[in-house]
Amino acid sequence: MVRLYLKYFAINIKSQMQYKTAFFLHLFGRIMLSFATVAGVWFMFLRFNRVEGFTLNQVLLCTAVTMMSYSITEVFARGFDIFPRLLGNGEFDRYLVRPRGVIYQVIATHMEFGRLGVFIQAVIVFCYAIPNSGIVWSPDKILTLFLMIICGAAVFSGLYIIFASFSFFTVEGLEFMNILTHGGKEFGRYPYAIYGEGILKFLTFIIPLALFQYYPLLYLIERESSPLYILTPLLSMFFLVPCYVFWKIGLRHYKSTGS
Amino acid sequence: MALFRIRFSAGLQYRAAAIAGISTQFAWGFMEILAFMAFYRSNPAAFPMEFSHLVSYIWVQQAFLALIMPWGVGGKVVETIVNGNISYELARPMSLYNRWFFETIADRVSRFILRCAPILIVALVVPEPFRMTLPPSLPQLGMFAAAILLTLCVVTAFCILDYISVFYTMSRFSGTIFVITADFFAGGYIPLPFFPEPLRKVVELSPFGAMQNLPLRIYSGDIAGMHAVRGIALQIFWLAVMVIIGKMLMKYSLKRVVAQGG
Repeated sequence: MVRLYLKYFAINIKSQMQYKTAFFLHLFGRIMLSFATVAGVWFMFLRFNRVEGFTLNQVLLCTAVTMMSYSITEVFARGFDIFPRLLGNGEFDRYLVRPRGVIYQVIATHMEFGRLGVFIQAVIVFCYAIPNSGIVWSPDKILTLFLMIICGAAVFSGLYIIFASFSFFTVEGLEFMNILTHGGKEFGRYPYAIYGEGILKFLTFIIPLALFQYYPLLYLIERESSPLYILTPLLSMFFLVPCYVFWKIGLRHYKSTGS
Repeated sequence: MALFRIRFSAGLQYRAAAIAGISTQFAWGFMEILAFMAFYRSNPAAFPMEFSHLVSYIWVQQAFLALIMPWGVGGKVVETIVNGNISYELARPMSLYNRWFFETIADRVSRFILRCAPILIVALVVPEPFRMTLPPSLPQLGMFAAAILLTLCVVTAFCILDYISVFYTMSRFSGTIFVITADFFAGGYIPLPFFPEPLRKVVELSPFGAMQNLPLRIYSGDIAGMHAVRGIALQIFWLAVMVIIGKMLMKYSLKRVVAQGG
């Protein structure tokens, strides 16, 4: 299974490298797009210095974590993002008759490396924010940061799966998921707590974006010292359970379009 | 215009999509305001606009998004260049520039009409710190209307420059860098008053300052009187410049256009 995945990986890279100019234009466009977001944060801090007690460097850590998680999802779970298309053109029907898991095939057949642009931008921001944040990078802090990124990618993938599951029922009006996926990334440029109590609760208990971003950040910048905060990103992984259940329900409901 | 009517009725077909779009934009505006509110709480003295002006800025931005965003809505135009259907377009007895210009405007207006009213109505009735205020006076509203129409023309002329670049790269990402630059410097990410000082002055005079920056700030009264009139004059100037450049580039590119297949 892993070997097959690597094979798909190689095929995806090869096919996208056939159009080199298009690939690099796409990549560069994505870098610029996320750069504009970062520049916006930077300009705000030139004027305000702090927001809710967070400094620019602390906020940039948040920005970079969220961007990196999101871009991992965008590259590797891209199949769910374009899922309505897979249903529409009958590609999904072919997955159903193959002797491999459906989720596995959706993930393996669609990777879009142009979307690594956001990842590259996140790396650049990390290069600036990690040394300048004043954090002593002991092993526990490094582990926390690592968990933030990985679990973040898991939560965003869960959102993508929900989006794809919805498209079993309807293809219209799915734009509202944007506020959670794309919006989650854009608003994750600041710690989710600055949006107020209500939003923070929503992002903790319903869509657990804050669990991988805000709470572990408190540990990183030593506002909280309990090691439990290292593990909050892991809690967010439970979000994948309802996502998976919803996907299963959608799959049972699925009728081919017949094309 | 017939072209206009066709595009318009096509846009009206997708009502569920429009409802989803409206709620998304509404949630988006709400989150933006919450973010600015956090900065306001941290240091009200450093806030460069009145808070109510900012709230209006964001709601008007969301409501008029389809008219003012520099992002091309003409995916179809790019497709015709890449797949070669442009040769049909060239066979028609009509200037391609004008055709693109009015098609893009029609697309934008039809999207706008579907979406603006619900957003504006909700924005006018939500509770206090989030409520949009009305423009301070009738002449101010008139200037806002003029500025938003000009913005529509300026961004459309800008989009066509983006389409023309596709002739050379055959990729729909070719102009992305310019579009993002425009979006950022027109105040799409943060309003221009939040820019650092010397930069803000330069940007306000640039073509980007003649985009959404101007109408959104005129609406709330952040820019008023002579400043607004000067801004509108600047919009007319940049519109003329961009249309002239666009027509010239178009003429030049069409001479060397290679139709892709059939």
